Amino acid sequence: MSPEPAGDPDARPGPAGGSEPRTPPGSAVPVGPAPGPRSPVRHAPVRHALGRISSAAFLALVAAFFALPMLWLASAPFDAHPSITVSVPEFTLANFRAILANPYAAGSIVNSVIQAGGAAVLVVVLAALAAYALSRVRVPGRDVLLYVLLLLSSVVTGTAAMVPIFELATRLGLVDTHLGVILVVSGGLLPAAIFILKDFMDATPTSYEESARVFGASPAQILRHIVVPLVRPGLATVAVWAVASVWGGFLMQYILLRDPDKSPSAVVLFTLYTEGGQPDLPLISTFSLLYSLPVVLMYLFVSSRYGFRFHGGIKQ
Amino acid sequence: MNTDAAGLGRSRAVVFALPALVLIGVFLVFPALWTIYLGLTDYRLTGLAAADPQVVGTANYTAALGDERFRSSFWLTAQYVLGSAVIGQAGLGFTLAWTLRGRRGTVRRVVEGLVLLSWILPGSVVAFLWIALLDRDGGTLNALLGTPGAAWLLDHPMLSIIVFNTWRGTAFSMMLYSAALENVPVSHLETARLAGASTLQRLRDVVLPQIRGHVLTNVLLTSLWTFNDFTPFLITAGGPEGRSEILPFYVYNTALRGGQLGFGAAVSFLILLINLVFALAYLRLLRNRREVAV
Amino acid sequence: MISVHGLTKVFPGGVRALDSLDLEIGEGEFFALLGPSGCGKTTLLRTIAGLETPTSGSVVIGGTDVTALPPGRRDVAMVFQDYALFPHMDVTDNISYPLRIRKVPRDRRRARAAEVAGRLSLTELLGRRPGQLSGGQQQRVALARAIACHPRAFLFDEPLSNLDARLRLEARTFLKRLQDELGVTTVFVTHDQGEALALAHRIAVMDAGRVAQVGTPTEVFHRPATTFVASFIGSTPMNLLPGRMGDGALHVAGAVLPAPGDPPGGGDGGDGGDGGEIVYGVRPEYTDLSTTRRDDGFAGEVAVLENLGTATLVTLEGPGHLVQAVVPEGREPALGTTAWAVPRPGRALLYRDDVLVGRA
Ligand SMILES: Nc1ncnc2c1ncn2[C@@H]1O[C@H](COP(=O)(O)OP(=O)(O)O)[C@@H](O)[C@H]1O
Ligand SMILES: [Mg+2]
Repeated sequence: MSPEPAGDPDARPGPAGGSEPRTPPGSAVPVGPAPGPRSPVRHAPVRHALGRISSAAFLALVAAFFALPMLWLASAPFDAHPSITVSVPEFTLANFRAILANPYAAGSIVNSVIQAGGAAVLVVVLAALAAYALSRVRVPGRDVLLYVLLLLSSVVTGTAAMVPIFELATRLGLVDTHLGVILVVSGGLLPAAIFILKDFMDATPTSYEESARVFGASPAQILRHIVVPLVRPGLATVAVWAVASVWGGFLMQYILLRDPDKSPSAVVLFTLYTEGGQPDLPLISTFSLLYSLPVVLMYLFVSSRYGFRFHGGIKQ
Repeated sequence: MNTDAAGLGRSRAVVFALPALVLIGVFLVFPALWTIYLGLTDYRLTGLAAADPQVVGTANYTAALGDERFRSSFWLTAQYVLGSAVIGQAGLGFTLAWTLRGRRGTVRRVVEGLVLLSWILPGSVVAFLWIALLDRDGGTLNALLGTPGAAWLLDHPMLSIIVFNTWRGTAFSMMLYSAALENVPVSHLETARLAGASTLQRLRDVVLPQIRGHVLTNVLLTSLWTFNDFTPFLITAGGPEGRSEILPFYVYNTALRGGQLGFGAAVSFLILLINLVFALAYLRLLRNRREVAV
Repeated sequence: MISVHGLTKVFPGGVRALDSLDLEIGEGEFFALLGPSGCGKTTLLRTIAGLETPTSGSVVIGGTDVTALPPGRRDVAMVFQDYALFPHMDVTDNISYPLRIRKVPRDRRRARAAEVAGRLSLTELLGRRPGQLSGGQQQRVALARAIACHPRAFLFDEPLSNLDARLRLEARTFLKRLQDELGVTTVFVTHDQGEALALAHRIAVMDAGRVAQVGTPTEVFHRPATTFVASFIGSTPMNLLPGRMGDGALHVAGAVLPAPGDPPGGGDGGDGGDGGEIVYGVRPEYTDLSTTRRDDGFAGEVAVLENLGTATLVTLEGPGHLVQAVVPEGREPALGTTAWAVPRPGRALLYRDDVLVGRA
């Protein structure tokens, strides 16, 4: 699950070798039979310069490729006459009024908050309890259980299970409810959340808990006073991950909600640009920006606070 | 480590673990199992078969395999996964990690920031950004290339979503390879360089053997995720004429839009099986690596 | 005050850490559990605390059988080897944590924490987190936390082992004084015989899950009940030499020594008298060195000289045996010369089948 569980790439000393020619494979470096041990010395300056140039060019190209689609998001919201083409904006904030004018846009942000927040709380609380029990008590079959959970979390995706989930939600009366979305997405997030939190809990020494226990603390007190504060970075990681994936999630919400009054921003935005007619660019641009902002800020906060610990597939 | 430090006891441990397990059971395990059953029926969203579905055995599977649209969808999916996950994300991610290794400062932060941002932004936002970018009339791409009127999404729908998904998902591969490359001892690279090895030779002889596990992990995970990704649906909806209808869209279009729930479940089950193969391979890899590490 | 009866602990996997062990610890006693690593000291302490459930046997504290009670209800305080100070709480909160569990109001908790901290010279540090404290300070905070809740007994697991050598001596004196003042029954685990001798009123020497001997420091030092205890106690290991008894004398490593006197326990004196194999033990401190031939001395070539500061440890290499003796400053023999190690009369111990049977 986590290729680098506690890895904080920024904290480690970076690889030295600052004088290495940073040549991407496939660039204009002559490839041939290995030259004798003396030849790199002779060719080094030329190669070095070539390497630097091609690597800089490559990075510039990549940066342009990744920036290009996002330019519109940066310019159009502030353009007095937003068009589909990127252009230097004729600055205005008036477009943001369009959000209030639309009957669903502002409400959908509230829906997103309810669904993402509800799922995050549910996932963090239930996963923490389960991870703690699984980390500390030897239940028979625990390892098999964890293995199967891990397997399930990657196998039973929304894509693969949309038909039965839609059926199940219909029969349970969960269609068009916030609760339905929260339960369904939480079911999908929990296995990985348990796994991540168990990693954190396994890493905390048991003597803290034993010490508290000798002083008479109950299991609930130990969890509250000792374990939760100690694994707070883990809880934060899972919470952020849960919020981000529900906030940006589309398919389940799209399937489970027909009522636009319940729909989160992901779905409302989609309907804004797929509905027939001329797309309302002032609305789409400002709404996209507003809706994107919280996740971006959250990632900035997390990476500045905890460093960018990343667990495999934590955002998916 | 495994002693019951807080004195939880078995029964309380079960109470702690149960709510999560119930939720997982109802909304993850049960749907997966139910898929198998639904796939054997002629269940429909509306009409007679909605009220009284009949078990039809493997009819759905034979129908799917005989369906031209399914076979084309399967083939498109393979192209999509190979093109955007293996070649696109893993290839670009590695190249970026290799190029950025050892670099500090603004260049690295800007490039990494942009790559990460494309990963973080919500799916429906980036979908529209790409619709705007590739728009036939006012699209920025056409303005840049000087090809007004080129209908990328209509003429090259597969290429469009492959490039899109590469753009969308490269961040994960880049970070994974960055972490992996930091663990390649500098002394090994220096030794190879002193021996006169070219960049490609160093990659092949020094770097690759050390990060082989990461490469496999990366390819398996990105393939699995790409295979299950629904975001490009927001751009092409599988069209035009099913020319970008990869399996997830095929299921959505036939089952939830077309109402053939039983048939859709059968195709879903095939997706589950393919996912299972990927996931088992990944877990086996993970286990082997843990055993080595411990 | 604390007694354990027939205590046995078998861990899953089959390790028998405690083997039907009996022990009585008196009220107010400073009691050491001493033994080599892995002999079950920590397991015994944790079983007394209630953190391990014994496989069989019972634990009685203050007259009540607490075997089935959870740790929190046994009214003992434990200091862990790594101190287990909560890293997210400052010193005040750490010290007053036991009172928080007992629902003591916040201001009374703080007052008590300040009072205990003052006694252990921690007042300056009350606002700090454990991560900002030195090893010695952490150790005192852990002690303060144990003291704060007025337990019936303290349980210390190697409380000094994480300190560097100088600090350890200081902390040792501090601990002894503190226990004297508080008068609270204290059980502490150590693998360092010097620490046990210096601190404890009584010592239980443990070997492979059993108690080999219980006694005052003087008793275990002067009359180790088994060869195991004999070799474990003392800063220099005791000389243990195989020998034979016969003709009213002892024949050990080429020396002829006077026959034994009274055995320590009285009673079974006859055992030591007859012929047969014995092990002859004498501490290097009770062995004098002679440079002239002595029939009652072990001959050997001076092989090693180790300076102990005010004395020197001399190792003699004889045919098939090594003997050590401590000689005062300035009286060292030259390396390579032959010398005789002569046990002082009445200081030697005789063991048969590893059990003490007499003195000589
Ligand atoms: N939780 C455990 N599970 C299995 N064996 C254990 C456990 N704790 C201790 N042991 C074993 O019990 C024996 C005694 O351990 P311990 O009481 O820690 O020794 P000491 O503290 O004297 O060094 C050792 O052999 C140790 O390996
Ligand atoms: Mg121990």
